[in-house]
Amino acid sequence: MTSVGVSTPLAGYLLVAAMLFAIGLAGALVRRNAIMVLIGIELMLNAANLNLIAFWRFGPHPELLTGMMFAIFAIAVAAAEAAVGLGLVIAIHRHTNTTELDKINRMKG
Amino acid sequence: MSPIFYLLAALTIGGGLAAVLLKYLVHAALATTVAFAGLALLYLELDAQFAGFAQILVYIGAVAILIVFAILLTRGSDLPKDGVFSRTWALGLVIAAAVFAVLGWAVLQSVRAVPQQTAVPAVTVRDIGNALVGRYVLPLEIVALLLTAATIGAVIVAMHEKERPR
Repeated sequence: MTSVGVSTPLAGYLLVAAMLFAIGLAGALVRRNAIMVLIGIELMLNAANLNLIAFWRFGPHPELLTGMMFAIFAIAVAAAEAAVGLGLVIAIHRHTNTTELDKINRMKG
Repeated sequence: MSPIFYLLAALTIGGGLAAVLLKYLVHAALATTVAFAGLALLYLELDAQFAGFAQILVYIGAVAILIVFAILLTRGSDLPKDGVFSRTWALGLVIAAAVFAVLGWAVLQSVRAVPQQTAVPAVTVRDIGNALVGRYVLPLEIVALLLTAATIGAVIVAMHEKERPR
């Protein structure tokens, strides 16, 4: 975080969000367990929210609340996504007795 | 940049990294909670109090608990025999690094174009409430419908099916 570009606050927040997004993407792609993939997706959604809030804070018209509202609605949608995703994981675990994505290959041709 | 920002950024990034790298799922879920808390504090640092507390309520209060419930219901607390990383982990790491390189390059290239420090926006919760039931009332209703549908859907998907004769 000591690179030359991080003299403006917004760039710092954007870099943190980019790093968190990359970490979440790596978690979703690298881990075996379906719950870890969901955790990675949650981290990516949160990184996007940090971007929205940072742009709202340093944008020209914060009083219009656009970025803030977008982030609040994104939080609500992410909560719904987490509930449905974890319900799916539990249902798949009941049918196949595993949550390892490498072993859930019933639809493989 | 204030030292508080670096502290919170380190907390958030460290929590995310630990969540991805830790072997046991329960530890990963706790590390995810740390990352969520760091993000909530970053929102507070950005003068977005409402979003910060919404983050604490929704993520630390609900999503983290949901994740722990799912881990325990799927017996995910046991360590798998053949490692926690998938067979194509190197490819996933390359993709994530490439995405971070592109995003970081774009941010650093546009440093001169982004807005500088501005005054603290004077936004109260009353303004947010007025906006929610005024300009954003349609998205609010749609989110309410979506949450209802998602709750019912999650219950139906995870509901125990009756045993069928095979």
